[in-house]
Amino acid sequence: MAEAMGFFTDTTVCIGCKACEVACKEWNQLPAENGGVRELSGDSYDNTRRLDGIHWRHVRFIEQFKGPYDGRWLMMSDVCKHCVQAGCLEVCPTGAIIRTEFDTVVIQSDVCNGCRACIAACPFGVIDINPVSGTAQKCTLCYDRLKVGLEPACSKACPTDSIQFGSIAELRTRAHKRVDQLKAQGVKAELYGADPDGALGGLNSFYLLVDEPEVYGLPRKPQLPTRSLTKSAGLSVASAAVLGVLALVGLRKRRMDDKGGPEGGGQN
Amino acid sequence: MGSNMAECHPVAFRWPMKAKLNGAKLVHVDPRFTRTSAVADLHVPIRAGSDIAFLGGLINYVVNSKRWNSDPFFKEFAVNYTNAATIIGDDFKDTEDLDGVFSGIVKFTEPAFWPYNGLEGRYDNASWAYKRGPKPLGPATKDLIAKRAGPPFDDLVRSLKPGPAEKDPTLQNPHCVFQILKRHFSRYTPEMVEQVCGSPKEKFIRVAEMLLENSGRDRTSAFAYAVAWTQHTYGVQMISCCALLQLLLGNIGRPGAGVMALRGHAAIQGSTDVPTLYHSIHGYMNAPSALRPHETLRDYMAAETSPTSYYGNTPKFLVSYLKSMYGAAATAENDFGYDWHPKILGDHSHIATFAAMADGKVKGMCCVGQNPATSLNGGATRLAMRQLDWLVVKDNWLTETATHWYLGPEVKNGEVKIADIKTEIFFFPSTQIAEYDGSFTNTQRMLQWHSKAADAPGDCRTDTWFYHNLAKRMKKLYAGSKLSRDQGWNNLTWEFDFDPGVKPIYPGEPDALKILREINGYQTTDAKQHLKGFGELKDDGSTTCASWIYCGCYPAPDQNMTARREPDPPGVPGAHLKWGWAWPANRRVMYNRASADLKGNPWSERKRWVWWDATFVNPPDPKTKKPVPKGKWVGYDVPDFAVTKAPDAQPKPDGIGLDALSGTQPFIMRADGRGWLFVPAGLVDGPLPTHYEPHESPIQNPLYKQQTSPVHKVWAPGKPYNKLAAVGDPKFPYVISTYRLTEHYLAGAMSRWLPWLAELQPELFIEIGKGLAAEKGIKNLDWVVISSPRGHVRAKALVTDRIGVMKVGGKAIHHVGMPWHWGWMGLSTGDVVNDLTAWVGDPNVSIHEGKAFVCNVEKA
Repeated sequence: MAEAMGFFTDTTVCIGCKACEVACKEWNQLPAENGGVRELSGDSYDNTRRLDGIHWRHVRFIEQFKGPYDGRWLMMSDVCKHCVQAGCLEVCPTGAIIRTEFDTVVIQSDVCNGCRACIAACPFGVIDINPVSGTAQKCTLCYDRLKVGLEPACSKACPTDSIQFGSIAELRTRAHKRVDQLKAQGVKAELYGADPDGALGGLNSFYLLVDEPEVYGLPRKPQLPTRSLTKSAGLSVASAAVLGVLALVGLRKRRMDDKGGPEGGGQN
Repeated sequence: MGSNMAECHPVAFRWPMKAKLNGAKLVHVDPRFTRTSAVADLHVPIRAGSDIAFLGGLINYVVNSKRWNSDPFFKEFAVNYTNAATIIGDDFKDTEDLDGVFSGIVKFTEPAFWPYNGLEGRYDNASWAYKRGPKPLGPATKDLIAKRAGPPFDDLVRSLKPGPAEKDPTLQNPHCVFQILKRHFSRYTPEMVEQVCGSPKEKFIRVAEMLLENSGRDRTSAFAYAVAWTQHTYGVQMISCCALLQLLLGNIGRPGAGVMALRGHAAIQGSTDVPTLYHSIHGYMNAPSALRPHETLRDYMAAETSPTSYYGNTPKFLVSYLKSMYGAAATAENDFGYDWHPKILGDHSHIATFAAMADGKVKGMCCVGQNPATSLNGGATRLAMRQLDWLVVKDNWLTETATHWYLGPEVKNGEVKIADIKTEIFFFPSTQIAEYDGSFTNTQRMLQWHSKAADAPGDCRTDTWFYHNLAKRMKKLYAGSKLSRDQGWNNLTWEFDFDPGVKPIYPGEPDALKILREINGYQTTDAKQHLKGFGELKDDGSTTCASWIYCGCYPAPDQNMTARREPDPPGVPGAHLKWGWAWPANRRVMYNRASADLKGNPWSERKRWVWWDATFVNPPDPKTKKPVPKGKWVGYDVPDFAVTKAPDAQPKPDGIGLDALSGTQPFIMRADGRGWLFVPAGLVDGPLPTHYEPHESPIQNPLYKQQTSPVHKVWAPGKPYNKLAAVGDPKFPYVISTYRLTEHYLAGAMSRWLPWLAELQPELFIEIGKGLAAEKGIKNLDWVVISSPRGHVRAKALVTDRIGVMKVGGKAIHHVGMPWHWGWMGLSTGDVVNDLTAWVGDPNVSIHEGKAFVCNVEKA
């Protein structure tokens, strides 16, 4: 395997411009929800609200104010974590989800049967069905671009280098330096997912946060669904088989409902 | 200040963020806590429209500070590089003497033929002039005009030289600029700033201290502003006030310093350089005007030439421009066709033209790349457009301007019947920018060429195609006319077709490089001999150049400097001189002679930029073959100075242009070679910035008896479609600002139709502070009606602490804000926020006051 590649997202320099969201959709040709005709969410400047099958990048806006002008406005561009121990990959019954030579996790759309097992298995709520393909989709870390030596569309478009792409080893070094710099300035800064001995064996998309993970909608201790998987292995296999048959006869259910509600953060 | 750079210029904002990683401090002074504030080290709230009070407070703080008075750098810079020491005439009276106005105020009377100038009052600026010694002897200007002297026009320019200005380098004379400005700003104390701006005193003092600490020999500070400083009835004075502060701090002409104008549109810099402006011809020369002494070519030159600065070359710029307009027909005998050139009659700016249109004085309009149906005082604008006989809309989509006649709010609510609208509307589908060749000029004055990347769909045409073919057809219509007024059209040169045998990028498309060549200029006898720089321009017709400031961007047929993309290597100090091309002469920092001290040495090693190398061996003068003494200005940038003029060089007694300036006068475009703290001429609304209230304000001016700028513009005064709120009108108690979001672009034609952008900000909203929302029973996402004297709009509420209440003069003033991108067309729709704005504006540049006016807010 080539060197592990991934993202380091430094939320302290994110300006919430959403260029990453648009660059991702443009490169991966993902549709806008309802053709772009939507209602205002009312949740700060966040109107896409979540990661799912057609939103592979998502910028969160977290308003933390004590009174007028007295507080801070946090922004974070979120994406698939490309976990070293990836729950989605473990539960996928068709082998559609693979670990690539870049140590990233990719769903092969032509092998996916839309069974949704991965959706439930992801501790971060990253995956969902793309209504156009009828299959489970998420960030591929621009596998097609990486194959030809290009960096992913989102990090390429990020004007302030909040999203940095590179080898995980180098990104970790850079991230630790940045944390030290911020701490010297008195900023409470922590890395999330940068520890190879931490949860899920480390995340190949890790973050620099200035508040608790929950504030950003991230679980404090993300866990693999392995245990529950073992218990219900039989059921999973059975349901996967049923869904596989359904897929074969072309009854791909398209989920269009809106999950709604911020998954954490929002207006505080 | 005056900018929300992270949201409105996110790509350029990369660099402030890089600077921040390197330890720079970022301060954001703004009525809203925006995405810029979110990443700033300090956000300071300020009441919209009170920026001059804040900046004036900084000036007062700086000139009375220990640091400014103890570090000799500041005085050395101010005494030598600014007009601080210059003495103003005895007749001058400041706002301190006249309760808020300057000497010279007179009533403005509208000319009968064009009563749309909007001015309330007018200044006669004679009393603002420098105190001067006797004028040098020589032929009188009027005699030279009468006997049609020149070309060359050097004698005419020389005759304009005034007597020497009086100075007091000790800065003690009570009539010197420094003492005048010190008195002028003395009332702008930190306490007064807090009262006028609502900005907490301790935060204001922190900003002042940060600026002082970060200015001097070794450090520089920069200001960035955008349309939030221009859209006021005194916007130019806000920017002028910032320039004054920066000159006092030695922050002009040096790296990491300056006043950065962040333009409101990708190529708007280009559109003012190669102008779509009514009041200037190319390169910021004033448009010939029927209201000024511009009767003949020489009258124009006498009125418009500053004899003792680089503008002393104005006759060369003007004649080369006229040669570009009229080609071989322009000769010395017919004054290079000057008489064929149209003259303006008054204010033909956007609002003035729409005010005339509303009166039925405008027959037709070509509307290209603009969406006025959602623009300034939208109701009045749409009323004006309904008076047109014909309207051409050329755009990517059927915009609100193309559809107002059947989908506008007045039509929808039955006020206007479609059958009563006489306008015939033509819609031309338009290409996008990536579908043809051309150049952008960005906010750094940098031209960057772009090539066609994709074919346009269907029957879309480019803007160049449209105007090229329109001009050709117009010329055909005028051909053969013997009327003298038509000879401008008949003599106009228009040769932009591709060479025979070369296939245009679209049928009938002009050759963009030929347009660039026309702008750059060439030897009149041979268009293949491109000009290499404006130093080559002549006033005898032997050079042709549309825009002198762009001269040098295309110095040879195979050298399009604007297409260069070669950055400096990382880690090496430099100005990236091989990336694109910046006017003038590829200089990246203007007035960069000021980056060195009087002797020509860098002020400090850290801030080295351009310096005098006394050992440099110069080649002989190419024209005279005479030897040139040793020494040259060198550095990372192109020196903005006569390159072999030594720091100790004295002005030539009989010299004009740069010869009239010494080796220590860096501001070569100013008549005295110095940065102007006090502006004796050029601004119509005063020589020093003064705090006035916006036209519509909830409070009396806390600083002066004079409430508003005495010379600001009100168009269509008293008309039912431009009603204005009185000071403190209880019906409209809140201050409102309009603004833009990252996710949409201007009036929305390039974003509201695009699904990926529409979903990011899908609907219009109003940002309301939690206090006001509670008072009015408004919850997040409730529908709200916002009204001003001009109209009302509906929007959903975003209730937030990012905007709020400000204590001003003991009174709590609620502030609300609305992005103005919306209209009824496209995927993302909403009411037209500009239906609230008024036709009032700045007297220098005629922009409207969209950043500070009053409104009411009620739950729908």
